[in-house]
Amino acid sequence: MKEPPTDHVHSDAFLAKLMRDQLKLSIACALCFAVALIALPLLNYWQPELMARRIGGFTLTWLILGVLFFPFVWVISYVFIRRSIALEEAEAQAAKDGSRS
Amino acid sequence: MNVLLAMTVDPWIAALALATVAVTVAMGFWSAGKSKSAGDFFVAGRSVSVGWNASAISGEYLSAASFMGVAGMVMLNGYDALWYPVCYACGYLFLLLFIAGPLRRFGAYTIPDFAEGRYDSPLFRKIAVCFVLFIGFFYTMPQMKGAGTTLAYIFPGLPYWAGVVVVGAVITLNVSLGGMKGITLVQAFQYWLKMFAIALPVFVLASVVGHYHEHLGANASAAPAAVERKALPGKAPGDAQWLAPFGSLTTKAVDNALKSAPSPEAKAELEAARRPYSLLYTYSLIIALVCGTAGLPHILVRFYTNPDGVAAKRTTMWVMILIGVFYVFPPVYGVLGRSLTPELYDAVGAKGTDKVVLELPTLLAGKDHPLLGSILSGITCAGAFAAFMSTFSGLLVSMTGALAHDIYGRILRPQSTPEQRLKAFKWSAVIVGGLAVALGTQVEKPNINFLVGQAFAIAAASYFPLLFMSVWWRGMTMKGAAAGMLGGGLAALAAITLTTLSDVYSVKSLADFWVAHPLLRILCEQPAIWAVPLSIGLMIVVSKATSAQVPADVRMKMLVLHAPEALGLKQEYIKEHEGLGH
Repeated sequence: MKEPPTDHVHSDAFLAKLMRDQLKLSIACALCFAVALIALPLLNYWQPELMARRIGGFTLTWLILGVLFFPFVWVISYVFIRRSIALEEAEAQAAKDGSRS
Repeated sequence: MNVLLAMTVDPWIAALALATVAVTVAMGFWSAGKSKSAGDFFVAGRSVSVGWNASAISGEYLSAASFMGVAGMVMLNGYDALWYPVCYACGYLFLLLFIAGPLRRFGAYTIPDFAEGRYDSPLFRKIAVCFVLFIGFFYTMPQMKGAGTTLAYIFPGLPYWAGVVVVGAVITLNVSLGGMKGITLVQAFQYWLKMFAIALPVFVLASVVGHYHEHLGANASAAPAAVERKALPGKAPGDAQWLAPFGSLTTKAVDNALKSAPSPEAKAELEAARRPYSLLYTYSLIIALVCGTAGLPHILVRFYTNPDGVAAKRTTMWVMILIGVFYVFPPVYGVLGRSLTPELYDAVGAKGTDKVVLELPTLLAGKDHPLLGSILSGITCAGAFAAFMSTFSGLLVSMTGALAHDIYGRILRPQSTPEQRLKAFKWSAVIVGGLAVALGTQVEKPNINFLVGQAFAIAAASYFPLLFMSVWWRGMTMKGAAAGMLGGGLAALAAITLTTLSDVYSVKSLADFWVAHPLLRILCEQPAIWAVPLSIGLMIVVSKATSAQVPADVRMKMLVLHAPEALGLKQEYIKEHEGLGH
């Protein structure tokens, strides 16, 4: 198997930066989601009275899980997509600039 | 036929359900005329717009378990069952964050294409094909069960197997005629039908019998209920247990053990373990559902129908919105059903809480709205039809693709012409459809959600680690990937099979073992918490041990997976491979 050419776009440094930047963004968004997913059962476990507090007929934990969790995830995905598209544009530009220099 | 005539069939319910089938078939025929090339059949010509694709993915994803099973589970188990709809919807976030874009950029027809392309290994393709078919058939069975039980509800007295055969035959015909392009339109239409069918009756019902929050508020409240509420039968869980977290779903194993605890000390020990074990069950369930969503092959194959990686990401976000909005509604049926149809607690399976979505609208007949009750019940039946028909269509395309493209086109007859492959697609659809129907007739007994949960846990422990690690770790070798996928997937399968043997086939010795070891029972019933790390761990260890076998052009492969498409690296990669005779 022939190794790819060694210009800027095909370099290890470019790939490493590409993957690092993308992974950083994905992990940051995943952490927001994971914290909520881990925290809710823990709050149910350690703060049952607080989570059973009534808000308009719903218990607080039912309202969070059955209703509010969906828009929360939509916000994370919206932020991710905007940043990820901006990141791709910046990466494409950086690659072109790097190839020129 | 005489049997059918003797039944008491509500004409509205039958007419609306049959109309759904007729529209599905008509759309399939119409689309069939537009599907010409192999690309149209396998990946809809890679030209499906974000809106259409998001609707089609959502239509495919919202299965019988989502439409009927979630409401039934919420009615039966209360708060704990809410994790199902939430994780079904939010699992897409993991897909979006880590897998959707790179997978589309890599550009392959199927997951086995990706497996072979990433590791240059035809052997790994064969292993991946087996898993596509395996998980697919597992996920097909609950859809068939949904078909059999809904038809039995519409036509009382009709045998279960007849529903399975009728629905299986219709969808198989549709898929073999139109392939992926044909079902894209059908599934997009079916998403909106399901959304309408689940939402409209809720709004009408709430205006007549009281709102979601009022019925929820009537549980475990000292104040007199603001809405009508029938007395709960003995089999129903108590208000406090139903409304609060760590209820009957997650404490079942400990509750069973408590019934036969040998001493007061053992009882006290089990009582102390109840909540921690319940927490463990909850986390394992979350991992299975979130990672399983990101690893279902019939959903993943749809990402290849996007024009590019950016479209794949936008599609995923819209899917999350569409299915998130949908999943707000089934729990409403569960809550209303607890107040208004508590008699369902006394029955089991398809005659129990699983049919609350179909049953609730008929209550309007008793509130001086007989026609409205029949029409709304007909609409929910049409939605249930759309649910199992669209999911089965997607599964059939995915499995047919694996059989026709991977086994026939790549393994058996690599020199076949496009016409021969198209013919193979149609025949494969008939073979897979026939097998799915045969398997569907064998699962009348197990619960729909139970079967779906099994498919999710196996996908979570096999495909999700494979995709995640292949996309993000350069050091993965084919042996590492195969060891992790097989090790995690088969271990999850073995654990689940053990619980199935005791629950469905009543193996007494195993049931006794679970009573004595509730923790092991939880870890086998919900294996994701250990099977996913096992799979990833195996991938790392075996890949490190075989690090000399990392594909030589891995840097180029990773560039294709991650570099923006504007750089054109994919075309360069394809040219290079063609030059080498691949």
